[in-house]
Amino acid sequence: MNKTPMTLTLTALGQQLRSGALSSRRLIESQLDRVHRSNASINAIVSIDSDRALAQADYWDRQIATGQSIPALAGIPISVKDNLCSKTGVTSCGSRMLRDFRSPYDAHVVERLESSGAILFGKTNLDEFAMGGSTETSVFGPSRNPWDLQRTCGGSSGGSAAAVAAGLVPASLGTDTGGSIRQPAAFCGVCGLKPTYGRVSRWGLISYASSLDTAGVFAQSVEDIAVVLQAIAGHDPRDSTSLPHDVPDYLAAVRQDHSIQGTRIGVIRDQIESPGLDPQVRSSLLEAIEAYRRLGAQIVDVQMPHSKYSIATYYIIAPCEASSNLARYDGVHYGFRSSAKTASTLDRMIEQTRSEGFGPEVQRRILLGTYALSAGYYDAYYLQALKVRRLIRQDYDDAFAKVDVLLGPTTPQPAFRLGEKINDPIQLYLQDLFTVGANLAGIPALSIPTAPGPDGLPIGMQLQAPVLAEAKLLSIAAAYHRATEYQPKLPAAFEDPTS
Amino acid sequence: MNDTATDYRVVIGLEVHVQLKTQTKLFCRCSTKFGQPPNTQVCPVCLGLPGALPVLNAHAIELACRAGAALNCELADLTKWDRKNYFYPDLPKGYQTSQYDMPICAGGHVDIPIAPSVHPSGSENSENPEKVVKRIRLVRAHLEEDAGKSMHDEHSGRADSKIDLNRAGTPLLEIVSEPDLSCAEEAKTYLSELRLLMVYLGVSDGNMQEGSLRADANVNLHFVRDGKTIATPIVEVKNLNSFRSVERAIDFEVARQASEFLRTGLAKGQAPKQTRGWNDALGQTELQREKEEEADYRYFPCPDLVPVRLTTLQKQTASEQSAATPSHYRDLLIHEHELKSNDAEILIQQGKSVVEYFLHCIRAGANAKRVAVWMLQDVLRTLNDRSIGIELYPVTPTRMAELLTAIEQGKVDTSQAKQALAKLIDGPNLSVDAAIESLGIVRVDASEIESLCKELLAENADVIDKVRAGNTKAVAALVGQAKKRNRNADPRLVQETCLKLIEQMQ
Repeated sequence: MNKTPMTLTLTALGQQLRSGALSSRRLIESQLDRVHRSNASINAIVSIDSDRALAQADYWDRQIATGQSIPALAGIPISVKDNLCSKTGVTSCGSRMLRDFRSPYDAHVVERLESSGAILFGKTNLDEFAMGGSTETSVFGPSRNPWDLQRTCGGSSGGSAAAVAAGLVPASLGTDTGGSIRQPAAFCGVCGLKPTYGRVSRWGLISYASSLDTAGVFAQSVEDIAVVLQAIAGHDPRDSTSLPHDVPDYLAAVRQDHSIQGTRIGVIRDQIESPGLDPQVRSSLLEAIEAYRRLGAQIVDVQMPHSKYSIATYYIIAPCEASSNLARYDGVHYGFRSSAKTASTLDRMIEQTRSEGFGPEVQRRILLGTYALSAGYYDAYYLQALKVRRLIRQDYDDAFAKVDVLLGPTTPQPAFRLGEKINDPIQLYLQDLFTVGANLAGIPALSIPTAPGPDGLPIGMQLQAPVLAEAKLLSIAAAYHRATEYQPKLPAAFEDPTS
Repeated sequence: MNDTATDYRVVIGLEVHVQLKTQTKLFCRCSTKFGQPPNTQVCPVCLGLPGALPVLNAHAIELACRAGAALNCELADLTKWDRKNYFYPDLPKGYQTSQYDMPICAGGHVDIPIAPSVHPSGSENSENPEKVVKRIRLVRAHLEEDAGKSMHDEHSGRADSKIDLNRAGTPLLEIVSEPDLSCAEEAKTYLSELRLLMVYLGVSDGNMQEGSLRADANVNLHFVRDGKTIATPIVEVKNLNSFRSVERAIDFEVARQASEFLRTGLAKGQAPKQTRGWNDALGQTELQREKEEEADYRYFPCPDLVPVRLTTLQKQTASEQSAATPSHYRDLLIHEHELKSNDAEILIQQGKSVVEYFLHCIRAGANAKRVAVWMLQDVLRTLNDRSIGIELYPVTPTRMAELLTAIEQGKVDTSQAKQALAKLIDGPNLSVDAAIESLGIVRVDASEIESLCKELLAENADVIDKVRAGNTKAVAALVGQAKKRNRNADPRLVQETCLKLIEQMQ
């Protein structure tokens, strides 16, 4: 396969497939080959049905040969995070609890991908039940960062980010509850979008924190993000929180080279000047801000007075919802059941099953949530958190009255070393400092690569936009990449050795 | 029992779960049909599979509003869903989706008929002096999903338990009363009135055998000691699935609590709150749970569902659809159609379609009292004999009215009409005239009767003498003779004609 950078993108692959320069079978075979060569080192994909992928590739090759118009993603392999249900293979959630669980139905996003012609190309690793920021809580062990195998690829959608970064797939789906798409995207040097809450249906997304969970996209370019978002966005009557609004033409918004002259970009000064922010992240961002200024954007300082409460608020609301959402895993109906001799009565069986089936981080969050919802604590924790959540939303509303998008770092520093934070939950939770706000407010947020640091580790910039303003968000992001002549590339170790 | 045992007041509140008559479940499209093979009416949502999400059934909201309007509740402007978290094998999600602090219906009341002698506190019902009505106040009525059913196989030797989730997710309206009920009979009457109301409004099928109406009773006693009221600990009695079990369980519980109090003297707050289950076979309540404090269900708003705003139109529709209550029909039958209240009640208890049949007959021109007599005697007996509902009764109300009018007009007598009805039941396509004719009943012409009567009078001079002497009943002797000569001769007409002819002879 041609290794020029352009072929990394879904858009370029699509053109080659349509023109007949590349067959879907050849693409899938080549990607399967990559998986066999590379996946062991990064542990990005936890299961894959090669035969089905090849059969679908043949199907699309036949369709393309007929000369009829084919859907946007026809014949293109896309990986899906393993907390999104698929009839194909297992849907494990990275947990012992569901390690052998086969879903009888497809998630809405999986249906949408397949009806757009995409080929389900493996399920990707994640932190157990999407709880974590490094994939280290997965029952399958951690995924590794293709740019430095000693470092984390981030999480919880770490496998999806690593799969794209290593060139196993041109795009993948993840889920984002507090930053689980944007943080791994930043760590792995790819683009990652968390859409507006309700823009993409949660049907078949295994709930962690229902009011925050959002399915989204990883890809090598902003344009590719737009292509996949176009396929998965839209109303779904099976999700009561799904938004009925029409889906705009994201691709048009990204492809047109509109000037961003006069676009107001809000810089969250507290974030840029945060003493906890790694200097190489700061300088990379300042460079990006300069680039926007050169493009004629108006840079505006923005205050978010309640953002300092966002971690505390998130770590009340998410565990509360999780404690209830994960109650169904009791060993009675499906999934793991303890075979311990002590599990002799029903209550003991449930207790033992949950003690053995869930890892320590999941148990920690269930306990946190159970405690915070208990009689006597509910008002002080959950209710208070809901009030602060409203204040945080208000901060965003106030900011977006003055600016079109908000700009800031995605993470406090580039990818940290595996094992570095896993035993210090507070340090790990602080990784979410810049990302949880968008989830609490339900707004779209995107992380895109900026100039890497001196050690070559990728750095991400987060752009946030008002509810349903994905088109504007993507268009402003694309303008930056166009101006800086950004070209996606693979880490040296993952470049194709044969070409 | 000790005679001091009677110096207490019984305090009862009922929580009644009414299964709503929707085609599909509260949060998914699975059928709610009863009696299907286990686990055949399930989907990812009601199985609680990972990633499945609930979507509200709008019909359940409509039925709950209708019930709420009929129960005189205040319908909420905004109502929401909360999760009640607890582990139980037949609760697949580990929580029940219910309503906590913003129920769809708040307040309200139900008026129940009670016997006046026992309850001097009840208000006089002026229009119906033999009946007294008592108002039972309601706390609230909220929507929630039902759990599945655990089936324990005690005989397998392995204590196998099986779970059927067909019922999981079925919509229930939980109606919570204030502790206004003061004896087992009242509780039973209240439940029966509630059931009738729900069935009339089409809110529930009210089928007790299928569990469409299930009650839990909170029972305690108020003793008076030295002028002070002492309340005994409140006991929640669960699993009351029939009118009889409500009555028996409360009677049992009252006696049990009375003797318990006399033995221990423990008042509310001094002993833990108990939950007891009713064992119908043994006729006793059995301890299920004893807790110092309330179970902590960690209620919180369900993030998978959006709050429901009830529109003015929805509320207006509910109030229109809730007009046809049993008490509305009682009023109609007793006051407009002048039925005796006992007769009216029998028809009312048969259900709305029986009452509608009655009203249809009247609209078709039949006399109300005659319709009532025929329905109470003939129609209900046939329904009972055949175990069918009025919908399957072969004679339409229009035909029934025609038949009863034929009696009115003297076309047939009562016994002939009953024979004609039997014909109509067997041949539903028969017209009333055809049924009468098939009995061989032919209307005899008046002139024919007159010549027959002249003939008879000529032959029976003694009868003429007797009548002239003032004994008009003597003509009866001629009726029998007339029947022999012409079996279709209407006896009443023969009698009248003879008397008229005798008079003319003078």
